[in-house]
Amino acid sequence: MAEAVDYKYVGSRPVRPDGADKVTGRAQYGADINLPNQIYGRILRSTVAHARIKSIDTSAAEAMDGVFAVVTGADFPVGEHGEIGGEGGGDVADVAQNVMARDKVYYHGHAVAAVAARSQSIADAALAAIKVEYEKLPLVLNVLDAMKDDSPLLNAQCFTKGLAEKPTKPSNIANVMTLARGNLDEGFAAADVIHESEHVVPMSHQGYIEPHACTATVNEDGRATVWLCTQGHFDTRAQTAKILGKSLADLRFIATEIGGGFGGKTVVYLEPVAVKLAEKSGRPVKMAMTREEVFRATGPTSGSVARIKVGAKKDGTITAAQAWIAMEAGAFAGAPIGPGAMAIFAPYKLEHFKVETFDVLVNKPKVAAYRAPGAPQTMHCMEVALNEIAIKLGMDPIDLRLKNAAEEGTQAPYGPKFPVIGFKECLEAAKKHPNYTRPVPAGAGRGVAAGFWFNVGMQSSAEVYVNDDGTVNVVEGSPDIGGSRASMCIMAAETLGVPYDRVRAMVGDTDTTGFCNVTGGSRTTFATGMAVIQACEDIIAQCKQRAAATWGIDADQVDWKDGQVVPKPGINAELKPLTLAQLAAKAARTGGPIAGRASLNAQGAGPSFAVNIADLAVDRETGKVDVLAFTCIQDAGTAIHPSYVEGQYQGGAAQGLGWALNEEYIFNKDGIMENAGFLDYRVPVASDLPMIDTVIIEVPNPSHPYGVRGVGETGIVAPLATCTNAMRDAVGFLIPDLPLSPPRVLAAIDAHG
Amino acid sequence: MARVHFPDNILPYTGGVREAVVAARNVRDLLRELEARYPGCHETLDRASVAIDGQIYQDAFLEPLGTNSDVHFLPRIEGG
Repeated sequence: MAEAVDYKYVGSRPVRPDGADKVTGRAQYGADINLPNQIYGRILRSTVAHARIKSIDTSAAEAMDGVFAVVTGADFPVGEHGEIGGEGGGDVADVAQNVMARDKVYYHGHAVAAVAARSQSIADAALAAIKVEYEKLPLVLNVLDAMKDDSPLLNAQCFTKGLAEKPTKPSNIANVMTLARGNLDEGFAAADVIHESEHVVPMSHQGYIEPHACTATVNEDGRATVWLCTQGHFDTRAQTAKILGKSLADLRFIATEIGGGFGGKTVVYLEPVAVKLAEKSGRPVKMAMTREEVFRATGPTSGSVARIKVGAKKDGTITAAQAWIAMEAGAFAGAPIGPGAMAIFAPYKLEHFKVETFDVLVNKPKVAAYRAPGAPQTMHCMEVALNEIAIKLGMDPIDLRLKNAAEEGTQAPYGPKFPVIGFKECLEAAKKHPNYTRPVPAGAGRGVAAGFWFNVGMQSSAEVYVNDDGTVNVVEGSPDIGGSRASMCIMAAETLGVPYDRVRAMVGDTDTTGFCNVTGGSRTTFATGMAVIQACEDIIAQCKQRAAATWGIDADQVDWKDGQVVPKPGINAELKPLTLAQLAAKAARTGGPIAGRASLNAQGAGPSFAVNIADLAVDRETGKVDVLAFTCIQDAGTAIHPSYVEGQYQGGAAQGLGWALNEEYIFNKDGIMENAGFLDYRVPVASDLPMIDTVIIEVPNPSHPYGVRGVGETGIVAPLATCTNAMRDAVGFLIPDLPLSPPRVLAAIDAHG
Repeated sequence: MARVHFPDNILPYTGGVREAVVAARNVRDLLRELEARYPGCHETLDRASVAIDGQIYQDAFLEPLGTNSDVHFLPRIEGG
């Protein structure tokens, strides 16, 4: 492990710069933007889950007083194929059809038309006046049914990709991915114990508090401005441009504050429609989804069916592992099978393994990214299997994982060797944590599981401006979801050597700052932070030049130290240091305003591992589960702002606990979601959860100036298996499927006798 | 000479070959050489991430390859 570095600001816990506005209600979220002469857009959604659209009659709606525009799929360009980034992004032609159906609807809630009217009530009345004639088609909701040869097909042009031979028949299986190494027969033959099981993980939603919302206005010259809540205004601008056939320069996207995204706000739903309605009506159009629309028509994450087989020797060495996992894509291809396959065995040294994953179309909403996309579903079955192996061997589950843990130099199942990683450090911290060493409360069960996420870098830009008084403004383009403005300020303060409270950060729009990919992939503190650091280094280089010019000496005779330029030791000792503020005050005489900038494609993101511990109590009469204690131990690399890191761990745990214990999409036989509201789709609320304990492990990432790894996603991975394993300990047998909701738990207890 | 490892979705182009040894200065040259050897593979490889000696690059192009570099092509990961 690298030696600890004594930072001045990195690792501190200052008050967040956006905090006051958020707690006083001043902060502007997606639905808070209002423009003069604004009208309101609403979307008509399909009432059936799979049908051909025979006709749409909008004449009555268009004739209504107060209705300014009506659009259907016919108003949108045919569109071209092309990739949209991100898990769940998929093909731009698919996203365009998801935004507005053309000849078919593929799920209940699919958009078929939209209106813009003087008021929301007139807009709703206009929607009711639109007549859509459907020719119903057979539907398929179950992923295993959809894989059968005789299943109804969603798309006759879908031929499975990823097979060794190009298929001759269309299929609902859009993509297949296989990873393998060694010889499974040899590996399982060497095992003393083998565990096999099948697990269902339900489709679940990110459950962000803020529904999707945007306001669009289009000038007479065709140039559009869109305010939206998004994880990435540059990427959603690009998607909108492709869907509408517009140039990027004709679209200005302004990110508002955002009330959660977790991957679900990386893709467009409303924005192209709002622009089209604004264009057609000549007025600004505001659109905001209801919670019901969010559930029915935005992207949840894939439900899955997983089959796992793991073998191990008596000493705990895993000899072989095999997994088969089918994931629901929803209506269009894009289930996160790649990262799911790559993550499942990532924490372990394995000589013999094989994992096959399948991206399967079903008549449900198109999935979108959700925190560590694919990893929670796939790693659930592996981490449960390891628990069963530990029970069979009479071995501590943490010791079993330590015995097989990946470390620096281990060849990851997805190919390359790991750089320095902190999995063993997480396991060792878990083993000695008081929540693990104390006795399990009477009547409760304890579970342990590991989590992993790759983390990514991608493209970011930043500009840093020094004001006359030495204060600093940072401008970057990553929407602040988890406190990134505070982290940017800390890194700028550390690099420039100025106090944190003299630095301000803002998120610029697509016209005012350089390109940044989405706030996703746990990349923002790592990659945009790297851009901010480089922009500050640009300033330091300029300050050294300006100070040298001020003193009349060569630039190579000066150093930067603690926020000021100093003469190098031993020469020009009579010169007094020049602070950033002093240099800024005289900037007009040394070349003008001091500003630094950087644009980069950040490489070297460091993987992050986690270990979770849960104590669950089960009411055997009702099946209700109480979380008595939950502990997240995760490697952050370096925690720039530890409070935010802890918040990410706790947030990931809360979402993982919700998925594990209660959350699931429930569809009736007609493909209609029956629990499209927070009353029936049960996310955990504060009273459901104990204080979630956190331990920040810091194994610095050598590829980042301050050692940052991403922390946003790993936290959701382990809670699923942690809960299944704790339930196993509590009731004495394995309940393989999720969620561990009262009906399922009670039925399992009753069935088990 | 870099040792290159292919994912399963490239095997139809390589005729089942899982590894190749290639002389290339950087990823750009590597992709050109692989397309020459295995026509049609470029489109898929160009969309993939590349791991060079353990370091994963999302958009590799000019990244240099060492004389004994270990190169893996991986699906792009962007996360949520």
